[in-house]
Amino acid sequence: MSKKIGVFVCHCGTNISATVDVEKVAEEAKKNNPGVSYTTTYKYMCSDPGQKLLRDKIKEEGLDGVVVAACSPKMHEHTFRNASKKAGMNPYHVEISNLREQCSWVHPDKPTGTEKSVDLVRMMTEKTRKDKSLNPIKVPVTKRALVIGGGIAGIQAALDIADAGHEVIMVEREASIGGHMAQLSETFPTLDCSQCIMTPKMVELAQNENITLYTWSEIEAVDGYLGNFDVKIRKKARSVDLDLCTGCSSCWQVCPSKKIKSEFDMGLGKRTAIYIPFPQAIPSKPVLDREHCLLFKDARKKNIPPNDSKVCRKCLDICPIAPVKAIDYTQEDEIITEKIGAIVVATGYKELDDISMYGEYGGGKYKDVITGLQFERLASASGPSEGEIQRPSDGKVPEIIVFIQCVGSRDPAKGCSYCSKTCCMYTAKHTMLYKHKVHHGHAYVFYIDIRCPGKGYEEFSLRAIEEEGATYLRGRVSRVYKKGDKLVVLGADTLTGSVVEIEADMVVLASAMKAQDDAEKFAQKLSIQYDKDKFFSEIHPKLKPVESSSAGIFLAGTCQGPKDIPETVAQAGAAASKVLALLSADELEREPVVAKVDRLPAPIFSTCIGCFYCQRVCPYGAIESEDIKARDGSTIKTVARVNEGLCQGCGLCAATCRSKSVELAGFNDEQVYAEINSVEFN
Amino acid sequence: MSKAEAKPENQFEPKIIAFLCNWCTYAGADLAGTGRKEYQANVRIIKLPCTGGIDPLFLIKAFERGADGILVSGCHPGDCHYNSGNYHARRRWNVFRPLLEFCGINPDRIQFSWISAAEGGKWVETINGIVDAVRELGPFESYQKLNTIGPETSGGAADASSETG
Amino acid sequence: MSEETKKTKIGYYPGCAITKCSTSEEYGTSVLGVSRVIGPELVEIDDWNCCGASSGHATNHKLSTALSVRNISLAEKDGYDEVLAPCPMCSQRLIVSQDDVEKDEKLREEVEDAIEMPISNNVKVSNYLEIVKNYSMDEIAEKQKKKPEGLKVASYYGCLLVRPPKILKFDDPEDPKTMDEIVTAIGAEAVDWEFKTSCCGGGFTLSRTDVVVKLTNDILEGAADAGANAIAVACPMCHANLDMKQNNIEKETGRRFNIPIVYISELIGLALGLNPKDLGMDKHFIDTGSVINAFSNIEK
Repeated sequence: MSKKIGVFVCHCGTNISATVDVEKVAEEAKKNNPGVSYTTTYKYMCSDPGQKLLRDKIKEEGLDGVVVAACSPKMHEHTFRNASKKAGMNPYHVEISNLREQCSWVHPDKPTGTEKSVDLVRMMTEKTRKDKSLNPIKVPVTKRALVIGGGIAGIQAALDIADAGHEVIMVEREASIGGHMAQLSETFPTLDCSQCIMTPKMVELAQNENITLYTWSEIEAVDGYLGNFDVKIRKKARSVDLDLCTGCSSCWQVCPSKKIKSEFDMGLGKRTAIYIPFPQAIPSKPVLDREHCLLFKDARKKNIPPNDSKVCRKCLDICPIAPVKAIDYTQEDEIITEKIGAIVVATGYKELDDISMYGEYGGGKYKDVITGLQFERLASASGPSEGEIQRPSDGKVPEIIVFIQCVGSRDPAKGCSYCSKTCCMYTAKHTMLYKHKVHHGHAYVFYIDIRCPGKGYEEFSLRAIEEEGATYLRGRVSRVYKKGDKLVVLGADTLTGSVVEIEADMVVLASAMKAQDDAEKFAQKLSIQYDKDKFFSEIHPKLKPVESSSAGIFLAGTCQGPKDIPETVAQAGAAASKVLALLSADELEREPVVAKVDRLPAPIFSTCIGCFYCQRVCPYGAIESEDIKARDGSTIKTVARVNEGLCQGCGLCAATCRSKSVELAGFNDEQVYAEINSVEFN
Repeated sequence: MSKAEAKPENQFEPKIIAFLCNWCTYAGADLAGTGRKEYQANVRIIKLPCTGGIDPLFLIKAFERGADGILVSGCHPGDCHYNSGNYHARRRWNVFRPLLEFCGINPDRIQFSWISAAEGGKWVETINGIVDAVRELGPFESYQKLNTIGPETSGGAADASSETG
Repeated sequence: MSEETKKTKIGYYPGCAITKCSTSEEYGTSVLGVSRVIGPELVEIDDWNCCGASSGHATNHKLSTALSVRNISLAEKDGYDEVLAPCPMCSQRLIVSQDDVEKDEKLREEVEDAIEMPISNNVKVSNYLEIVKNYSMDEIAEKQKKKPEGLKVASYYGCLLVRPPKILKFDDPEDPKTMDEIVTAIGAEAVDWEFKTSCCGGGFTLSRTDVVVKLTNDILEGAADAGANAIAVACPMCHANLDMKQNNIEKETGRRFNIPIVYISELIGLALGLNPKDLGMDKHFIDTGSVINAFSNIEK
């Protein structure tokens, strides 16, 4: 009955062996432990010969349990389980002792690390002794993908998936797809017009028959699991029937509320209450902003249904659609549910717009201190000044302009320590766009470092300095203050060791890319992890860059971290290919880590007493009740049963069960107690 | 058992058992490793899918076996991979803690914390904190001593009985 | 609430600059005079010594820390849980030293050895603006006798009240508001201006007069451009530079600002109807008559 266990201790090059005496660990594993019938050490267990060694020894030695003492199970548990499976052993008899992350890398003292390693190997050996054979659970796959976010990342991923022949649902919370890329005037390093390369993609997406687009919609809830997600989508009331509306523009032309700050123009331009965000919007149909609409304001004030207000119905009156108008004030939010197989999260970033936290730069205080995206809108032909660089306060063309880099980046004092990656390049681009439009003007840039690692990037930023004549000053700005109609910029030029004082007409802050305001809540909705800056976390920064911590959910674009357009598009393509790999299978295999309620022979049938506390704690509704019937059909007792398809293996039920009738496969009481009992105490 | 040379002679080295959830704190501990952040070697980790799946009896068992301190650590509120497992763990802990106190076990020997997958630094601080705190409290002898009472007590009981609480 | 406030007794640490017969005596006199009317009760710490500022902490960190911490330990011994150091150089030194011994166990032991007293760090050190804001705003409203007319005040905080922000944790280091609130509370207009926390040149006043003249000129110009007819300060060093350098500036640039520089405590004193002479307002270089005359009795 006793298992024959093999212990394989990995050197990991010298990553482990430098601070852990691997030979001693192997030796100790065998000592006083008759169950361990084979031990060895190897330079790289994960290498091809390392895996072959494992397979060979399983066969030669007739092992039915394996402990690999190596790196974190998050790295190679999968590798070694697969190898064992190939050697004919049930893969769930393989356990990993995490010597690298838990010993060698954190305890530089060799005897200390070795002693702990011996303990860790013993713990896993004892756990392995109690391991049971498990078989993967097969689940069907819904061949439909969900893409959340309609910026360039979402659009690219959706198109790639749809072009391969699968259905895609895209959910975008704004009124139009396009995201931040649609706001940009030109792109680095080619100075391609952003909208010129963006709009064809938007149109392609809208016309793709495999793609269903929900704009002005948000994700309400995500349930289910890999291959079988149930997604609730909230279609926010648009007050416009998209099927009826032709986008004729009459309504927004007559709308009397014309002074609402345009979100698309970053507050520099104005829009109406019923509006399309920008001329190339998709769908090219308006949305009614109920917060600012006179009719809805009046209805709220009088506490009456909007349809009863008579304050202003100009948009409805002019709507030429007959017999039923396309505008509907009574529309309400609608929740729809979709079955989904895999999800791409492409929710993007938010520019640091609360520049009032930079009081020293006059952020939020002076109109002529603006953000990078605001400058994009000023420089854009579709922007509020039709591409002419004018300062927001008085429309004057700025003759001296100062760019301040790293605003909200690399600034731990303000709680943002990371580099936003794109700002060096977009500032170089801004100086060029400025110079191309204001020939006699002069641009100054205050920088910490110029970071331009990318194809053609270094050349681009040198062009800004050498050909376009921008003055780059290495140093920080200490203060910006107003003097007459000028903004005095006080800074340091650390290369010459002098203090610089520039009387500028306009100041542009190269503001950072931040995670979306609601990123944390959204991540919780999807059960995915996020980092300290609220960007969503990939499983492994190098080898699993698009996989989230939840199987079947992938990341694309800036929701995962600051990045530029080429990188975003590449990552979106990668996420799409991962989705396609999933959708190409008819059935998927799931880890068999699920709970089980015991079943025993008659007359006990089960130790379950039917209290159903497990049902109350289960987050997935996976606990069902089962009537155990006698031959005559009468019910003997009602007990709990776990629906394997729904169970996600958290073990809440097992910990809650009072009669110890539930066990979690892979982590049952015997296995955990084996681990506890095998720790060597003083 | 031999200890590292650098340590002061006869310094008490507590053994801490850490019950961690797979998704947040285990990954946080991995991150501390990847970042080569040094910490004290007194902790032995037992990985479970979720802190909500930790049976209080596991903790009792660890004490009974000779642990001087215990850490239970999972995802921050709202971040649980299983949506609500960490809340169940917290509730269970709130009930279990007074029970420990009632039984005469100093609750400072058990810590409960939230450490995310991104908080390698917090893992290091937490471990160093609990190791120092438990070292201060000294060996958990009152409980361990009981464990050695019986027909076949061996040498281990000798040092335990040299000190009375 | 006001009963409570009256009972509060706070240790008073004058420091070298504002104690009796020193260069900025009027700051100390006015702080004490005002506190007698609106509280809180200030009691001078017995046997206080130098805070260890300037030459002290420029030459010997341990000595300057020990000097500072000794004052706090004395206050604790006398039973105070809060100390007012009206001079920001003192309050900053005291707080930073507390922080230093908190973070450095070895330094703490050495300092305890040197001052022959234990360090508990349970005493809160406050600057004058904090004390007024936390204890006396209601009292000012209650006891105010005079109100200014047409008085536009630029509140000048200088560098030491707010920096280093991580340790002092007082107000917004870029755009502090506390003094402006007090100015507004007594009925004067707090002008919005650009130089609230700019450097006045501090101790360079004798060694690099040229630098100090440039810096004070910027500040005075900023205040004048914002329409201020007085500058309020809470620091003897700021006061000295802004008050004394107006003549030098006139010589250099030809511009005569003639802006009175008044301590915030003097402004509060005037509002409470105290005698300007008792507040030391006759000791300034720039005549403060225009500020004094702006105040007139409130019709009840």
